[in-house]
Amino acid sequence: MIDRRLLKNFDWGIPFVALFISLIGVATIYSATRPVFDIPQQDFYLRQLYWIAIGMLAFIFTISIDYRHLVRFAYILFLIGVILLFAVLFIGKRGMGAQRWIVLGPFSFQPSEFFKILFIVALSRYLSRMDRSRPLGLREIIRMLTLFVLIPFILIIRQPDLGTAIILLLLFSCMVMMAGVRRRIAITGIIIGLVSLPFIGSIMWENLKDYQRQRLIAFVEPEADPHGVGYHINQSKITIGSGGFTGKGYLKGTQGPLRFLPERHTDFIFAIFAEEWGFSGCIVLFLLYLFLITKGIDTVKKARDASGAFIVLGVTIAFSFYFIINVGMTLGMVPVVGIPMPLFSYGGTAMLSNFIALGIIENVRMRRSFMYY
Amino acid sequence: MEERVRVFSYIILAVFALFILRLWDLQVVKGRWYREISERNRLRSIAIPAQRGIIYDRNHVPLVDNEPSFDIAIIREDFSDDPERLSLLAGLLDLSPEEIEKRLKDGTGSPLSPVKIKQDVSFKEVAMIEARRMDLPGLVVEVVPRRNYIYGRLASHVIGYLGYMTPRQLRDPAYNDVPVTAFVGHYGIEKTYDSLLRGKAGRRIVEVDATGRVVRIVGIQRPVKGRDITLTLDIDVQREAEEGLRGRAGAVVVLAPETGEVLAMASAPSFDPNLFARGISYRDWRRLINDPRRPLLNRAIQGVYPPGSTFKIIGALAALEEGVIDSATEFTCRGAIEMGGRSFRCWKEKGHGRISLYRAITESCDVYFYEIGKRLGIERIAEYARMFGLGEPSGIELDGERRGIVPSMEWKLKNLHERWYGGETLNTVIGQGYLSATPLQMARMVSAVINGGRLYRVHLLRDRPIELERTIEIDPGSESFLKRALIGVVEDSNGTGRKAHSGWVRIGGKTGTAQVVKKGQRGVRSKRNRDHAWFVAFAPEDEPEVAVSVFVEHGGQGGTAAAPIARDVIEAYFRADGSGLRADKEVMERSL
Repeated sequence: MIDRRLLKNFDWGIPFVALFISLIGVATIYSATRPVFDIPQQDFYLRQLYWIAIGMLAFIFTISIDYRHLVRFAYILFLIGVILLFAVLFIGKRGMGAQRWIVLGPFSFQPSEFFKILFIVALSRYLSRMDRSRPLGLREIIRMLTLFVLIPFILIIRQPDLGTAIILLLLFSCMVMMAGVRRRIAITGIIIGLVSLPFIGSIMWENLKDYQRQRLIAFVEPEADPHGVGYHINQSKITIGSGGFTGKGYLKGTQGPLRFLPERHTDFIFAIFAEEWGFSGCIVLFLLYLFLITKGIDTVKKARDASGAFIVLGVTIAFSFYFIINVGMTLGMVPVVGIPMPLFSYGGTAMLSNFIALGIIENVRMRRSFMYY
Repeated sequence: MEERVRVFSYIILAVFALFILRLWDLQVVKGRWYREISERNRLRSIAIPAQRGIIYDRNHVPLVDNEPSFDIAIIREDFSDDPERLSLLAGLLDLSPEEIEKRLKDGTGSPLSPVKIKQDVSFKEVAMIEARRMDLPGLVVEVVPRRNYIYGRLASHVIGYLGYMTPRQLRDPAYNDVPVTAFVGHYGIEKTYDSLLRGKAGRRIVEVDATGRVVRIVGIQRPVKGRDITLTLDIDVQREAEEGLRGRAGAVVVLAPETGEVLAMASAPSFDPNLFARGISYRDWRRLINDPRRPLLNRAIQGVYPPGSTFKIIGALAALEEGVIDSATEFTCRGAIEMGGRSFRCWKEKGHGRISLYRAITESCDVYFYEIGKRLGIERIAEYARMFGLGEPSGIELDGERRGIVPSMEWKLKNLHERWYGGETLNTVIGQGYLSATPLQMARMVSAVINGGRLYRVHLLRDRPIELERTIEIDPGSESFLKRALIGVVEDSNGTGRKAHSGWVRIGGKTGTAQVVKKGQRGVRSKRNRDHAWFVAFAPEDEPEVAVSVFVEHGGQGGTAAAPIARDVIEAYFRADGSGLRADKEVMERSL
C-alpha cells in the first residue's frame, strides 16, 4: 500500500520527536509515582510504555491509509462517533465524578478522545467542498454549528467532560476562521463572544458540577484557601518554581512522590518535569513541541488538496490547544480544566489519539508531492 | 488561507513566549522562594524536648528531677472524628467525647502536627490504647520528660514552677531557641535560672508525604540537657522550717551569716509545683490565685510587715554606737511615758522599774527604747536600719522581692506630704508605725549584727561567688554586749524568748510582736486582728553558723508562736551530723 515515492516524502522527524517526547513522559511518570517508604510503585509507567507501542502501531496504520479514503467516509465515521458519545452516557463507566469510559473486555476507552479526530475530518470535508472564493456567511456558520457541533457538544457536556467540550468549540471556531469568514462576522463574533461571556458563564455556572465550580474559584483566587480548592494551582506553582534554573535533578523531585501535587502523573505531569529539569529542561521540551506544531503548520501549506490541509490544520490546532491549555493551567495561567498534556500525561486513549493525529499529519505530508504533477 | 495560517503560527509563537516568560518568573526569579516552600512541604521539624537540669540541695540531695510521662496526641489529618471512634477513645482516656472534640478544635498549627488530648496518662492506659491502636488511626503516644518535684510542696516558693511561655516570653529574644510547646520557668529558681536549666531542645527533621506520614528521618539534632544546679538550701533545715509553719501563714528564713547563703526559705501556705508540671488546669489555677491565704505569695521576700521588737536590735546598736547611752545606762519604766500629750505604753503595764539596756533587751522593755528613740531621733535610727539592709533588696535571685519601708522625715514628707512627729520616732524604734521589712531582710540584718558588720548579698545558687555588700563599723564591745543580751533573751529566766531554748546549742535571739491593729481597737478579738509574731535568732554563740528569722502571720506573741520554730530549725541544722555542733566544712572554709 505504501509505495517508494511515499517513503521518499516520509518525515522521520515527526515519529521520532513524538516518540522522544512520550519517552520523556514515561520517565517523568516513573519519577512522579516512584515509591517512597512502604508504598509500592504503581505500574503507571509500564502501562504507558505499552500504550506508546500501541500508539506507534496506530501511527503506522494511520499513515498507510490514504487520507482521501478517510475523507470519503467522513460523515459515516462522524455518525458512528456521535453514536458512541450517546452510548457512553448509558453504558459508560463512571470514574472521578464523570462518565467518560466505555469498557470493551479488558480495554476501556474514552470515545470523546477519538471523536475529535472524526469531527475534524468531517468538518474538513465540509469546508473543503465549499466555495471558498468568498468568505463564509452567517448562514453557513449556523448550519455547520447545528450539523457538527450542537449534538456532540451537549453529549460531551453531559458526561461531563468540560475540557473536551471547550476544545471542540474552540476547534470549530478556529477552523471556520481559518477557512475564511467575513470580516464583519468575525469581528462581531469575537465581540459577541466576549460580551456574552459573562452570560454564558453564569448559565454554565448553574450547570457546572461542584468540582468544576471550585476549580474556577481556585483559578481566580488560588491563595484564598490554600488547603481547599486552590491547592492544585498553588502546589503546581510551588512544584514548578522549586525547580529553579537547572532543576532538582531526575528522581530528585519531592512534590510528586510525596503526593503534595495532585494528579501528578496525569494533568500536572509537566510540573513534575519542570521541578526535576528546571527552566533549561522546559525550554528543550518546548522546542520539541514547537517542532511538531511547526511540522503541522508546514504540512497545511504543502497539502495536496484542501481537505488534507483542513484536516492537518484541525489536528494541529487541537494538538496545540491541548498543549497550551495544559501547560497554561499547570503554570496557573488558565483555569484547571482536566486536559492532559499531549504525548506526556499518563493515559492510554489520549496517547493513542495523539499518535493517530500525528499519523494524519504524516499521512497528508507524505502524499504532498502528488500536488506537483 | 496562507496568510491566516501565518497568523496562527505567530499566535502559537506568542503563546510559547508567554509561557517562557512565566517559567522564567516562577523558576528563576522566584525559584528560591518556591524551593523553600517545597522543602517546608516535605520536611517537618519535630522538637525533641531537652531534659531540664536537676536541682540539688547543698548536700547534693536531688530536689527536682525529671521522669518520663506519656502524653496522648492526635494528628487531626489522619483521625477522622466519626462518633464511634471518638467514643472509643473517650472511654479509653476517661474523657467525654465533647472534651476530645473541643481539644481537637482548639489545637493550633497544621492539621499534621499532633494535638495533645491527654497528658500524663498511666502506663495501664497506654497499654489499653496500644491494644486498640488499629481502630485509632492518627493516635500518637508521646513520651516526654516531665518535671518531678520530688518533695512536692517543699521549698515550692524558692524552686518555683513551669508553664507554657507567656506572650512576652514568646517575643523575648532570650527564648528564641525554645520550642513553642516547651515549658519554661515561670516562678522561683526555675524562672531565674531557666536559661541554665532548660538546655537546648533538639530537632528531628523528618520527610513526610502529603498525608503527614513520616517517610524517613532526614536528620537528628540531639537535645542538650540543661545544666544541673545546686542550691544553697539544706533540705533538713528547710523541712523543719516548713514543719514549723504547718497550718499557719508565715515565713522562715535561715541564712549562713558568713556567706549570705540561704540555708532555708519557707513560706506558708505553699503550693505543689507538680500541679504545674503537667500544665495546670484552669480550675486549679483559679483556686490558687483566688485563695484568700495567697499560697503563691512568697512571704519571705514579698511580704512586708512591721518588725516589732526585733527591730530593737537596731535601736540598741545605734544607741551604743552613737554614744547616746552606754551599756550601763539605766532608765525607769513605769509602764508608759508621755510625749506630745500622748501616752506611749510599755507592753508590761506595771512597768519594768529601774532597768538596764541588757534587761531592756531580754525583757523587751518598750519604755527604755522610747528613751533611746528620743535621744537618737528618727534620722539616725533610719540610717542604721538602712545600713543593715532594711529598705533595700537583699539581692536574692528571685523575682518580686520587696524593699519594705524605713521611714524618715524626708520619706514622710515625700510620701505622705506631712511633717514628722516626735511620737512617730517612738513607734519606729520599737518596730511599729510605718516601718516594715521582709523576713529575709530581718535575717540578713541579724547576720550582719553578729558577724562583725559584714552585710552580704543573699544568694541561692551554690556556685555563685560570695559578694560582700558593705562592712559596717561596729565597736567590738557593742557587738559582744549585744550578742550577750540576745543570748539572754533565750537563756535568762525573764527572757522573752525562753521558748527558743535548746538543750544542746546556745541560741541568741529577739522576739517581736507586731501590732496589726491600733491599741484602741483591740477589743475585737478575731484572728485577723491578732498580732504578727516574730523571732530573729542566731547560733551558736561563738562564730555563729546560722541566722534565722521566723515570722508568723497573726501568730500572736513572738516568744510563744515564733521562738519555738526558730529553735527547731536551728536544732535541725545542727542535728544533721548528730554531733551537736556541725562543722560544715564548706561554710567554714568560705568564711575564712
